[in-house]
Amino acid sequence: MALHKLSLCDLQEKFTAGEVSAVEIVRAYVLRISQVESKVRAYVNQAQDSAFTQADALDRQLKSWRKTKPLMGMPFAIKDNICTEGVPTTCSSRMLQQFVPPYDATVIAKLREQGYLLLGKTNLDEFAMGSSTENSAVGPSRNPWDFHRVPGGSSGGSAAAVAADECVAALGSDTGGSIRQPAAFCGVVGLKPTYGRVSRYGLVAFASSLDQIGPITKDVRDAACVLSVLAGHDSLDSTSAGVPVPDYMKALVKKDLKKLRVGVPREFFAEGLDLEVDHAVKAAVEELKALGGEIKDIQLPRTDAAVAVYYVLATAEASSNLARFDGVKFGLRANETKDLLDLYMKTRQEGFGPEIKRRIMLGTYVLSAGYYDAYYGKAQAVRTLICQDFDAAFKEVDLIVTPATPTPAFKLGEKSEDPLQMYLSDIFTISVNLAGLPAIALPCGFSKGGLPISLQLIGRPFEEGTILRAAHAYEQATEWHLKRPVIR
Amino acid sequence: MEITKQDVEKVALLARLRVTEDEKAVFATQLSQILTHVAQLSQYETAGIEPTTTVMGQVNVFRDDVVRPPLPVEKALANAPEREGSGFEVPKILEER
Repeated sequence: MALHKLSLCDLQEKFTAGEVSAVEIVRAYVLRISQVESKVRAYVNQAQDSAFTQADALDRQLKSWRKTKPLMGMPFAIKDNICTEGVPTTCSSRMLQQFVPPYDATVIAKLREQGYLLLGKTNLDEFAMGSSTENSAVGPSRNPWDFHRVPGGSSGGSAAAVAADECVAALGSDTGGSIRQPAAFCGVVGLKPTYGRVSRYGLVAFASSLDQIGPITKDVRDAACVLSVLAGHDSLDSTSAGVPVPDYMKALVKKDLKKLRVGVPREFFAEGLDLEVDHAVKAAVEELKALGGEIKDIQLPRTDAAVAVYYVLATAEASSNLARFDGVKFGLRANETKDLLDLYMKTRQEGFGPEIKRRIMLGTYVLSAGYYDAYYGKAQAVRTLICQDFDAAFKEVDLIVTPATPTPAFKLGEKSEDPLQMYLSDIFTISVNLAGLPAIALPCGFSKGGLPISLQLIGRPFEEGTILRAAHAYEQATEWHLKRPVIR
Repeated sequence: MEITKQDVEKVALLARLRVTEDEKAVFATQLSQILTHVAQLSQYETAGIEPTTTVMGQVNVFRDDVVRPPLPVEKALANAPEREGSGFEVPKILEER
């Protein structure tokens, strides 16, 4: 089997056994990228030369001392809003076109410590704001299953790179579904950890009460492997949790759902759900039952409020976080400005794309005098109600299963002129961020048109192990994850 | 909820964003649509409900007050759009009187 087709765990096995060298791995991926990247456009910046240098150093080191780590020699793609020292980090924005971070994000430091290989940085909706990568300043990535369709977003480049075998695994960030929705659209596995599980130090902040970093991988086992490295407390992120990190690989030993109660929230199977998605996810629920899960009908009554709550809170936080882009310390500075105010206003006009401006405006509006209580305060209170819905549900069940997205991947341009429709495409993923829960998206079927369909498993806080176990059991019993797009 | 072009102008100034006449019209329409969707939140009774600011309940996280190596000046300035000596150069802020 060609190296680029292997899962991370399988590639790691070969590498550990000395059957392949790090340089051979990089060579295989560089070849693959040269064959498909012009069509997929997953990367905004490639780091092939340094990947070869790192791989060569690894191979030399291993000659005298053959002791490997789980991610050693593994070629990754990193979403371009995660800081990599010395490697440009643009957030797919004109604002940061020239920005080279002076330090590594904590997740990157952890990957480096493992001896991972950085193949490049992947495309996203500018500053992670969007659901299709169409908001990228360098243009959209394509869905490897159908180049006329979006890969999802905002981590669309990362998901497309994994699906097209242009890396063995990738990192994304998820504020309202930005790991799970593109993973679902591209037919790969996307895991959003519990809020606080993975350090966000060095992630360019979008909405700080919601953002999480997580892996996008070819299968569930790979997701468990990568999460084991990423998870853990970090004193550089004050929202980082001091909860001990279990061995997520051990969670995969039980290949069934025995003694697990699985909730099916009726609100997620309502009007607007694509029929093929409905059928595929219901068939997956039957499979979870066959694997020993006890299926229970549950309610999450405030689900309808999630999108509205999200677009108040996320934009309010974004308007504050993005105030740092002022043309002073880093990033773009507009030319020929007459005073400081003009410098701010012109720099931000030139540096930000339309969606960023829209969200900054919305966030500023809901925080402004006279509207704060009606919008921001109200949304924070309804957020509490949404959290209460999940708390109540998790007294009855151990995990929740839903469709990951209401439809398979939509067409390029289909929603780009209508922000509200675009926002509503995240309806199944957003409430998970509002409640800070862990959730995983994984393939559970294909539409007649050949597009991936995915389910989402949601767990209690810090119970990534439970959803990984259930997802892995499902994956072992099915073959959806083995299908890969044929790229011509 | 109806957002006017004047509202857009006011918010744009607060947000330090320069917007064109065309953008003002587009943003007025789009923000009105989005806020109309958001208005549905009024149907949820929230009297006596505590607002959620953070989900995992951490407050006032402190670290030990010890000196750690800072980012070196040259590294911190490497991305500066304009610099002078060891500082960021910006337009004059205070007017002479």
